[in-house]
Amino acid sequence: MTQFIFYLFAFGAVLGAVMCVLQRNPVVSAIWLMSTMFSLAAIFVLLGAELIGILQILVYVGAILVVFLFVIMLLNLTQPTSDLRGPVSLGATVVIVGLLIVELTSLWRYTPGRLAADIAQSPLLADPASVFAAGDLSRQDVAARGVVGALAAPLFQIYLVPFEITSILLLAAIVGAVVLAKRKI
Amino acid sequence: MPTTSLLGPALGLSAILFSLGVAGVLLRRNAIVLFMCVEIMLNAVNLAFVALAQLHGASGYIMVLFVMTVAAAEAAVGLAIILAIFRHRQTVDLQNINLLQG
Repeated sequence: MTQFIFYLFAFGAVLGAVMCVLQRNPVVSAIWLMSTMFSLAAIFVLLGAELIGILQILVYVGAILVVFLFVIMLLNLTQPTSDLRGPVSLGATVVIVGLLIVELTSLWRYTPGRLAADIAQSPLLADPASVFAAGDLSRQDVAARGVVGALAAPLFQIYLVPFEITSILLLAAIVGAVVLAKRKI
Repeated sequence: MPTTSLLGPALGLSAILFSLGVAGVLLRRNAIVLFMCVEIMLNAVNLAFVALAQLHGASGYIMVLFVMTVAAAEAAVGLAIILAIFRHRQTVDLQNINLLQG
């Protein structure tokens, strides 16, 4: 059943992405992108990352896509003709994307067992026992402290410095956006 | 662990979404749609992180949080740049924005 729901939402995500790439009107593209984001949020929940799924909807759909739609409507873009690139670019795209898909979709057959075997063959990388113990530990952590607590503890302990740097990045982005978009400062 | 059986399919879906994002960046000339395709790629990477975080613990989830933050910052600055360019050139078609090509 979980598999069926996963493939349902996977189909939704891929359909949304394809339509987002192919639609001529940027507003329609943004709406299809929204369906991709919602499907991905559902997949995150299926994969056991409930908080990430909710954040996906809040941040991507609620904030980023709204900014996109806001800018599209602010610019009042009218697209009389298709803006797809010419045949040379199309050929290059087919070659590059084909290679990427062939390379990356071999991951489809990846299983936890094969991951364990790969890690066991390169002992310098990580100790397989510790890797999978980390997954088990985090599941126990979720059971003990709840989804948010299990994520917040490492975020504010191990990853405190990157977290603070992120806040500086956001501040810089806000100031930069205002400076760039304002007519006269 | 009920969900780890989805590891392979999730990684495959992530690969397909990433490739679609690359295709969009290569195919489209509208700067805003191009940004949306970059967002698709970031989402695909997030999916890979979440799929592997089932086995590797919470670090993957935290990396997803950072990716989301950087995506938000990138969207804000990128769209501000597009606004500035549109005000200057009255277009967002990348074929008409070629000042740096000389």
